[in-house]
Amino acid sequence: MSDFPVLSALIAVPFLGAAATLWVPEQRAEAARAVGYLTTTLTLGLAGLLVWDFRAGVGGFQFVEEHRLSSTLGVSWIVGVDGYSVFLVAVTALLFLLGLVASETVTDRAKAYTFWFLLLEGTIIGVFCSLDLISFFVFWELMLVPMWFLIAGWGSAARRYAAMKFFLYTATGSAFLLAAILALGFLHRADVGELTFDLRALAAWDGPPPGTARWLFAGFMVAFAVKAPIWPLHTWLPDVHTEAPTAGSVILAGVIIKMGTYGILRFCFDLFPGAAVDAAPIMLTLAVVGILYGSVVAAMQRDAKRVIAYSSVAHMGFVVLGLFSLTVIGVGGATFTMLSHPLTTGSLFLVIGMLYERRHSRLIDDFGGVATVAPLLTGAFLVATFAGIGLPGLSGFVGEFLSLLGAFLAHRWWGVAATAGVILAAVSMLWMVRRMFGGPPRGPVASFTDLSWREAATVVPLLALSLFLGVHPRPVLQRIEPTAARTIERLTERTGRRPPAADRARAHHRPAAAGRVPAVGHGDRR
Amino acid sequence: MRVTDTWYLVVGALLFSVGAAGVLLRRNVLVILMCIELMLNAANLSFVTFARRLDDVTGQVAVFFVLVVAAAEVAVGLAIVVAIFRQRRRGATADDVSLLRG
Amino acid sequence: MNARDVLDLAWLIPVLPLAGAALLFCFGRRLGEPAAGWVATGALAGAFALSVACLVALVGLEGPERSHLVRGHDWIGIGGFRSGVGFLVDPLSITWALLVTGVGSLIHLYAVGYMHGDARYGRFFATFNLFAAAMLVLVLADNFLLAFVGWEGVGLCSYLLIGHWSERPRAATAGVKAFVTNRVGDAGFLVAMFLIFGALGSLDYAVMREGAAQLPAETATAVALALFLACMGKSAQILLHLWLPDAMEGPTPVSALIHAATMVTAGVYLVCRAHPFFDRHAAAGDVVALVGALTALLAGTAALVQVDVKRVLAYSTISQLGYMFLAAGVGAYAAAVFFVVVHALYKAALFLGAGTVIHATGDTQDLRLMGGLRRYLPLTAAGFVASWLALVGVPPLSGFWAKDEVLAKALFAGEPLVFGIGLAAVFTTGLYLTREALLVFFGNERFRRPAGVPAPAHDPTVSPTVDYGTPPGPPPLDGDPHEPGPVMTLPVLVLGVGAVVGGLLNLPFRRLEVLTHWLEPAFEGVEEITAPSFAAAAAVSVVSVTVAALALALAWRLYRRGLPEVSVDPLDVRLGPLGRCFGHAWYYDEAVTAFVGGPARRAAERLDRAVDAGGIDRAVGAVAAGVVRAGAAMRALQSGFLRRYALGVLAGTVALLGYAILRAGAG
Repeated sequence: MSDFPVLSALIAVPFLGAAATLWVPEQRAEAARAVGYLTTTLTLGLAGLLVWDFRAGVGGFQFVEEHRLSSTLGVSWIVGVDGYSVFLVAVTALLFLLGLVASETVTDRAKAYTFWFLLLEGTIIGVFCSLDLISFFVFWELMLVPMWFLIAGWGSAARRYAAMKFFLYTATGSAFLLAAILALGFLHRADVGELTFDLRALAAWDGPPPGTARWLFAGFMVAFAVKAPIWPLHTWLPDVHTEAPTAGSVILAGVIIKMGTYGILRFCFDLFPGAAVDAAPIMLTLAVVGILYGSVVAAMQRDAKRVIAYSSVAHMGFVVLGLFSLTVIGVGGATFTMLSHPLTTGSLFLVIGMLYERRHSRLIDDFGGVATVAPLLTGAFLVATFAGIGLPGLSGFVGEFLSLLGAFLAHRWWGVAATAGVILAAVSMLWMVRRMFGGPPRGPVASFTDLSWREAATVVPLLALSLFLGVHPRPVLQRIEPTAARTIERLTERTGRRPPAADRARAHHRPAAAGRVPAVGHGDRR
Repeated sequence: MRVTDTWYLVVGALLFSVGAAGVLLRRNVLVILMCIELMLNAANLSFVTFARRLDDVTGQVAVFFVLVVAAAEVAVGLAIVVAIFRQRRRGATADDVSLLRG
Repeated sequence: MNARDVLDLAWLIPVLPLAGAALLFCFGRRLGEPAAGWVATGALAGAFALSVACLVALVGLEGPERSHLVRGHDWIGIGGFRSGVGFLVDPLSITWALLVTGVGSLIHLYAVGYMHGDARYGRFFATFNLFAAAMLVLVLADNFLLAFVGWEGVGLCSYLLIGHWSERPRAATAGVKAFVTNRVGDAGFLVAMFLIFGALGSLDYAVMREGAAQLPAETATAVALALFLACMGKSAQILLHLWLPDAMEGPTPVSALIHAATMVTAGVYLVCRAHPFFDRHAAAGDVVALVGALTALLAGTAALVQVDVKRVLAYSTISQLGYMFLAAGVGAYAAAVFFVVVHALYKAALFLGAGTVIHATGDTQDLRLMGGLRRYLPLTAAGFVASWLALVGVPPLSGFWAKDEVLAKALFAGEPLVFGIGLAAVFTTGLYLTREALLVFFGNERFRRPAGVPAPAHDPTVSPTVDYGTPPGPPPLDGDPHEPGPVMTLPVLVLGVGAVVGGLLNLPFRRLEVLTHWLEPAFEGVEEITAPSFAAAAAVSVVSVTVAALALALAWRLYRRGLPEVSVDPLDVRLGPLGRCFGHAWYYDEAVTAFVGGPARRAAERLDRAVDAGGIDRAVGAVAAGVVRAGAAMRALQSGFLRRYALGVLAGTVALLGYAILRAGAG
């Protein structure tokens, strides 16, 4: 690791790129796009560097930079990544580049579009890297602005309503977050004597008394639950997805809703271990309800984007389930799902966007028989669908399986109930596939063209990555594991709860089979 | 009869009351602005008085701040007044300009 | 080469077809016809050769040593959970691997001819190869998780292949139905894995072998029942069987390979593999045996009056799968495996024969529009007839030995009820398959279109499946049907020969029980079920053969001459209302469809409309509206009158000052 401030650069590059677009003359859309591509590619390159240099087997933060901005206000610039955030940053960088490629079809006010798009990227990466609660909150709130403009400026019919709903919903949640952050900071000062919003310092502190901690935990949770979204705070998601432009949906489903679960993981567990343990049964119940409810309601939608939006609610249910299993397996699975879901749902939204450009409709009933005329398009959608509903060999399965396993080990019946969700997920998604892609080509569908090279360039990398992670998740899991183990260890130490025995790593994992199964082949083909 | 600090304060209070009454009762925007000026200067007078009595220059410093603010206020305020007068020749009283009604 | 060195190559068995699939998915269209088909067949034939080599190597080892583990990379590992990719070569897995690759290669070969002219030729073979790879992963895996990969993989391929002709609405829907029904079972598989991991801390078979015996009875039973739920889905046992008849919408080679010979037997494999969970706990075994027996009987009755040539075979497959579970449930695992092997041979032959017939009669699947085809398709007829007699249980063909063994084990294991149901199912078996064979290959010719009647228009979006109760269409052919090339006849004949001689694998005489003996290491610790005496065993045989013969005779009497009148089916007429009940498969599918389309759908709709939009979202909207109303109320304060604001400021100041003075005075 060199001394190069890679995280600050990652955050700064998109902001600088956005500023650069301002100098581009209004009518030169291709120049604005070029700036966009340059910026996102550079960001992706930096993110690649970050993942490459990230050391496996280390539980703490890496690439930490620390600069004190104001000691009277306790605000600092502290950035760093660990096993939870490093891949989220990478996925963000990837999705923004691909999202920009998918936005080639946006011809209206391309300059402004690129500006907001790059701004969005900078704020999201900022959210994932900030270790100071104040700067985290600033990025968290700042994200709303470009998102609002993207939806309201380039969305479909009811975009104003959707943008406003999104803004109000999340801003309301954020109000609780800000209050809780400030209260925490000042309680810390009253106890320790120094005003700081450094996550590491606050986490090392014993924390406020249990009663207060519960209230503060709730304040954090409201903001994160809205963003995640956890049932029943989910109703903004379908509306926003439906109205947002394709790239907006991709980013929203891909990374923005991950900010919620990431927040839970990053802040709620470390800052309020006791409250997190106490809240686990409630959160697990909400997660299970979300899983089942999301899938059932998804099956009833007429709009393809709404189907995927509700299935995202179900998926985020799996994430919350894994998190609040409070096991290394479950938390690891949830983190993996947070990484895999952008790939699968992103691809689904991309393909839906392509279909929309061909048919100018998102209603399922306006399609039918796409498989006959556009096999590659169908193939891409199918791979994404199966990755989403957890087919082993694709990335969705690993996270889903581990989340369910963790939940089962911690709370048996919640795990079983959530497992029923895998059936319902298949129903809702495959039934949509059946109606849109099966049967004879209907009406204008008959003249559909298949996947173009540009379209393939957006969706194929995601699917390839999904396949790779499904077959070979080890590099990712290895980097998540120490961080997850650290979180769970802290929870256990602080609260004195007893984690399930099977969750602990054993010294020998695959017991050598004695006698009947001679392990002759062992080690030959490592 | 010695002029004590109290006299100054009384004058200040009277000036302030006159100013406040003017702001509340008059509709002419220019008069309102002048009355505000009156109130500010009443406050200034009190500041100076207390500075003298407490032998602390902070009060006098405050006066300078008030003077600056007052100048700025007059500049902005008059500009607005002129702009309003330009737009509507008649009925340019404070009550006519109620664009901020909720 | 050392035997162990050969066995170390076992990982290539699934990898070969997988590579074939990858190649064909990428370049299938460019390779085109028939190259794509040959590539796929070659890949699987290579896997077959490797399986044979592994078999030879395994035979070369001492009995208890016959097990070999090939370890690959760790797959998923976090916290206390570790699971890897590893292949276990032992008698049980290699038996299945031989079955999959052997029968699979023949069916691939057949498909090279059958799929001729298909628009998606390359993709078909890519998926077909992928299926073989997934199935091989399933049987060769050394742990439950990897087996689950194969388990889901075959489900995916089944979905894709059933929906191969996706422009047919029926086919597209059938694929979804198959996948979703299987998912119910898969949830059981997942829960079983959670339970196993929670109890044993590992999903490896090796750990299971050692640990399962020490588990408390309720845990083992729970694992067994959850696993059996998975098996019910994959192997179409009653309650979860309803997808298999619909799966016949896929091309016939698919029905032969996936929905008859291999994939549907995966459930039997799983029970055999996980037998330590079933062995010692009577409850689980009883459930398996009883469900199996009921499936055998009820599916057998449903097959009786079907008019679609493939549907009869589909219900027959369900019924036969019931026998396999019946055997596994009473603890006769070797008998179950034996049944699986011979069933794969004759059922594949039957399906391929049916496919040839369908082709020859111009995509007709209606039994009522066939008849007398043995004159035109002699080779196919030979293979079909041999398999028919084998399945019905005519001694000394393979089916006789297999069925006899299953029934005998059930009786001698002390399960007279199961035995009785199984015996009743034998009767239905004899009846429905003889009916089909006679209606297709014997009796009067009903496929000829009278001169002057124009051929009906061919619509590629309409499935040729004929539901029970639909009147027969017009005769399809104006010329003679003719035998296809050797690519399609050879597999039928080879499989037909297998159906005849397959019994040699496991004759119930001392030292001739080759298969049972071979499988012994896999079923170590299972109590053997033995007949009390040779006479008792012989008596069981006599009884079951008599029952089968009675059924054969009855069918012969009814259908010897074919159908004098095309729309009148003598058996159906004689059964009356019961016939309708059988024809509709006890109305189970209709009931489920009505439930899903009715109350379940309405409930889901209510959840969407009333709860989501009308409840939660409206509550959110109400909060927003409340804020707006509160704001509206406050608007009155904002009059816009400067002087009113000033008054407010003054009043506020006075109030604050007054309060401060009062406080100061009081303090």
